[in-house]
Amino acid sequence: MKSLEELRAIREMMQGQMGLRNEDSNQIRVVVGMATCGIASGARPVLTALSDAVQTKGLNNVAVIQTGCIGLCQFEPIVEILEPGKDKVTYVKMTPEKALEVVEHHLIRGQVIKKYTIAELIG
Amino acid sequence: MYRSHVLVCGGTGCTSSGSPKIIESLQAEIKKNGLKDEVAVVQTGCHGLCALGPIMIIYPEATFYTLVKPEDIPEIVTEHLLKGRIVTRLLYKEAMTDEVLKSLNDTDFYKKQHRIALRNCGVINPESIDEYIATNGYEALGKVLTEYTPEQVIQTILDSGLRGRGGAGFPTGLKWKLAKGNDADQKYVCCNADEGDPGAFMDRSVLEGDPHVVLESMAIAGFAIGASQGYIYIRAEYPIAVERLKIAIGQAREYGLLGKNIFNTGFDFDIDLRLGAGAFVCGEETALMTSIEGKRGEPRPRPPFPAQKGLFQKPTILNNVETYANITQIILNGPEWFSSIGTEKSKGTKVFALGGKIKNTGLVEIPMGTTLRVIIDEIGGGIPNGKKFKAAQTGGPSGGCIPAEHFDIPIDYDNLISIGSMMGSGGLIVMDEDNCMVDIAKFFLDFTVDESCGKCTPCRIGTKRLSEMLEKITSGNGTLADLDKMEELCYYIKDNALCGLGQTAPNPVLSTLRYFRDEYIAHVVDKKCPAGVCKALLSYIIDADTCRGCTLCARICPSGAIQGKVKEAHIIDQSKCIKCGACMEKCRFGAISKK
Repeated sequence: MKSLEELRAIREMMQGQMGLRNEDSNQIRVVVGMATCGIASGARPVLTALSDAVQTKGLNNVAVIQTGCIGLCQFEPIVEILEPGKDKVTYVKMTPEKALEVVEHHLIRGQVIKKYTIAELIG
Repeated sequence: MYRSHVLVCGGTGCTSSGSPKIIESLQAEIKKNGLKDEVAVVQTGCHGLCALGPIMIIYPEATFYTLVKPEDIPEIVTEHLLKGRIVTRLLYKEAMTDEVLKSLNDTDFYKKQHRIALRNCGVINPESIDEYIATNGYEALGKVLTEYTPEQVIQTILDSGLRGRGGAGFPTGLKWKLAKGNDADQKYVCCNADEGDPGAFMDRSVLEGDPHVVLESMAIAGFAIGASQGYIYIRAEYPIAVERLKIAIGQAREYGLLGKNIFNTGFDFDIDLRLGAGAFVCGEETALMTSIEGKRGEPRPRPPFPAQKGLFQKPTILNNVETYANITQIILNGPEWFSSIGTEKSKGTKVFALGGKIKNTGLVEIPMGTTLRVIIDEIGGGIPNGKKFKAAQTGGPSGGCIPAEHFDIPIDYDNLISIGSMMGSGGLIVMDEDNCMVDIAKFFLDFTVDESCGKCTPCRIGTKRLSEMLEKITSGNGTLADLDKMEELCYYIKDNALCGLGQTAPNPVLSTLRYFRDEYIAHVVDKKCPAGVCKALLSYIIDADTCRGCTLCARICPSGAIQGKVKEAHIIDQSKCIKCGACMEKCRFGAISKK
């Protein structure tokens, strides 16, 4: 170890992954429906894509977690985003690619991608 | 990149209750369900709740599972990890309210704790230097080497008010300052990990859960006093801690955080392990250093103090594991932060190993000044089976007991001394109405008799005589004069023994005499043991009216002491009775009692 910068580089690289073990109640919760319907329509790649992206980008205030069937099986994979003090946003028919857009726009910049939300689909 | 981390406790407690099997089974199930690239299994250090081990925490949900068995693993993997459904039957249920809670920090056990020394225990993988670095590890060392002078480091520690966590409570900064002030071609930094008090395991848990913090803090101490070599003296009976320390030292050397020219500042520091063979006296500082030198572990008189002539006759500092575990946080958060926690003369937190008659056996870290009531009733979950609290023993064989009348005294160094006990290294053994205080004093005395190194007479012979007098009392042959003689001998040993071990050995006797003299008198005058522990003073009696003559007791009595015909009251022959209590345990009519 030759410098503090070197140490900090290791820390930053690791912190994204360690952020998974954060227990702050002010966290943004990204909830992926992982019941049989969700898994059957491809929720697992969505979940891993979300989880990887959150860690790579070091979003320590975001927890990507699983849940059971939400009851809208025809719209699976479903991803809900719960931010403290804000309305829940429900994204439907997700794919790993769409999930990455959600990370980029919604989680990082705070812009809801309306076209993927359930409100848009049902009208 | 993993989407979920499964943390399984790998402390000694959970290891002995089967966590290695759990990890093995987890890995197999995860592989079987194709989750190998999504879920990481991490072995951590102690979470503190040893009574409920093996413990497992699954992130990101922070689900806290207790008493996990290998049979539970397939369900955890398919339900929780695959489908995200929490296995509620395994969740930690609060001992006090039976309310099901999901997060760790909301439980009674954790919410009153303040974890500084234990901050990484149960959170990181102790075998990964990268995880330690992720939690600001080695930042304090880097900061000190690049921004501080040795004097500034010492001043910071002085300002924090940190006192040695090994027992005596000597100000750590002052210790460093004294060693810094003595010039020599070579100085040493030592770590006392020879935790020997019965019932104490906080140092072991820090080493098992967060070994790098000790290495980093020792290097900081080395920089402060001008030493280039450190030794960790650790008991060989701590195999997991030894192994993790070896791994940690190897990783730190590989990263250049130990060795030559650390952080390119020209500072050299390295650490080696020395294993102790399990002699209690080697936890005493001069005996410990004599043992590191390769000689028989015996204490020597002070002065000269280690800061003047310590290891190999060179200026040396010796601090306890828990003391070191606080250093990095003081550097990173500032001395004001540290001194804002705790009481006026005892700053920061203290780790206690809770044991004895308490629900949540385990490890807790509380701010100094917390009362025994909070530790035992709230954090510890109270005393099992509705029994009444009698006393708590702190400081192991060097300490004393705290009776119920001091239940609300704020615990710090000075308050404990004033009530005749001491902080000690942090063992806290809870006793209820079923414990005999004379028997407890005898237990600790027998321990010191065994562990006395024999170098000085007051300790070698004095403790033996004390133990004999206690034996006389517990066997019903004591007199009131023995109590006074015992007290006199206690003070004689305290004044004349060579080292801390001998000087404090009579404390358990003195403090029980002080608070529970009535129990001693009951043994001596009434020839009764009020708690029903001392066998010689005990007799089992069958109540003739309640006894139905079922013959069960007569059949199970191992010494054939019970006589009686079917459907007639039975009688115990006291001369044959060995007082095992088997009859009382088995009697279905509650006809047998002990007096």
